[in-house]
Amino acid sequence: MAETVACLRERFPAAILETHAFRGDDTVVIGPEALRAVATFLHDDLDHGFEILMDVTAVDYLRRKPRFEVVYHFLSHRRRERLRLKVPVDGKSPVVPSLCDLWPSANWYEREVWDMYGVRFEGHPDLRRILMYDEFVGFPLRKDYRVDKRQPLVGPVN
Amino acid sequence: MADQGWFTSRSDELFGWARRWSLFQYPFATACCSMEYMSASCSHYDLDRFGAGWPRWTPRQSDVLFVVGTINHKMAPVLKTIYDQMCEPKWVIAIGVCTCTGGFYNNYAVVQGIDTIIPVDVYIPGCPPRPEAILDAVIKLHEKIQTERQSRRGGEWVKESVEG
Repeated sequence: MAETVACLRERFPAAILETHAFRGDDTVVIGPEALRAVATFLHDDLDHGFEILMDVTAVDYLRRKPRFEVVYHFLSHRRRERLRLKVPVDGKSPVVPSLCDLWPSANWYEREVWDMYGVRFEGHPDLRRILMYDEFVGFPLRKDYRVDKRQPLVGPVN
Repeated sequence: MADQGWFTSRSDELFGWARRWSLFQYPFATACCSMEYMSASCSHYDLDRFGAGWPRWTPRQSDVLFVVGTINHKMAPVLKTIYDQMCEPKWVIAIGVCTCTGGFYNNYAVVQGIDTIIPVDVYIPGCPPRPEAILDAVIKLHEKIQTERQSRRGGEWVKESVEG
């Protein structure tokens, strides 16, 4: 388990901001500028790399800086381990590089994160809303999306 | 109806009687309230006693739209289309609190009452409502149909033919 983290530490000493483990699952926190390099390493270069991207999601820590955290869950059957990658990003319209070309499953996950949190994925082939409709205003899972906010197409407008 | 002539009021009564006892329904069932609706329409509660026993699975042949269950934003245009496809005269019964007001789904995805999209004749609160409440709503709709002007929502030609 810790072997993967040690590997990453050795390869990307500057990129890794923090690591921790909880019940045998490792978490690595990296900056958005290093995401592509680390992900490519996990997918291609690592011995028996991570062939499955299980989930991409995000967390909105409203009053923290950086405000958002994009979370990736990887699984490797060959290594028999999981790895969680967290990418803190800031700003009103945060941007993270897309991982669609490495793991095709990222396509819909990234669209969902864009739909719900408004995190833009650079290099995504078709970044549209996936759960809500095109005319939807705002990003509903952001903490500053008001619970009683109504949409212009449905109403009642408030 | 008092200001109308004898013929108009009598024909309104006749049409009302005919319409209220042959309500073809369209159940637009999206959530758990439809279980109560099924119970109401089957033999234990027997909606057929009120002339509304026959669900037509097409809006074009239906008189009354039963909206049964939560309507979310993505379902809203479908519901509106179904309503628009129904021929006049048509009525709508909103079954369950989600349909009436959004219920406890006060969030970004659920329509806060279908009357923001289509007109509603009878509201049934409850989560879910008892089958008796659905029967009560049908009886209330009977009263409404019997006592209303039969040209109420008809096209211009119906108004003209009734008003002379």
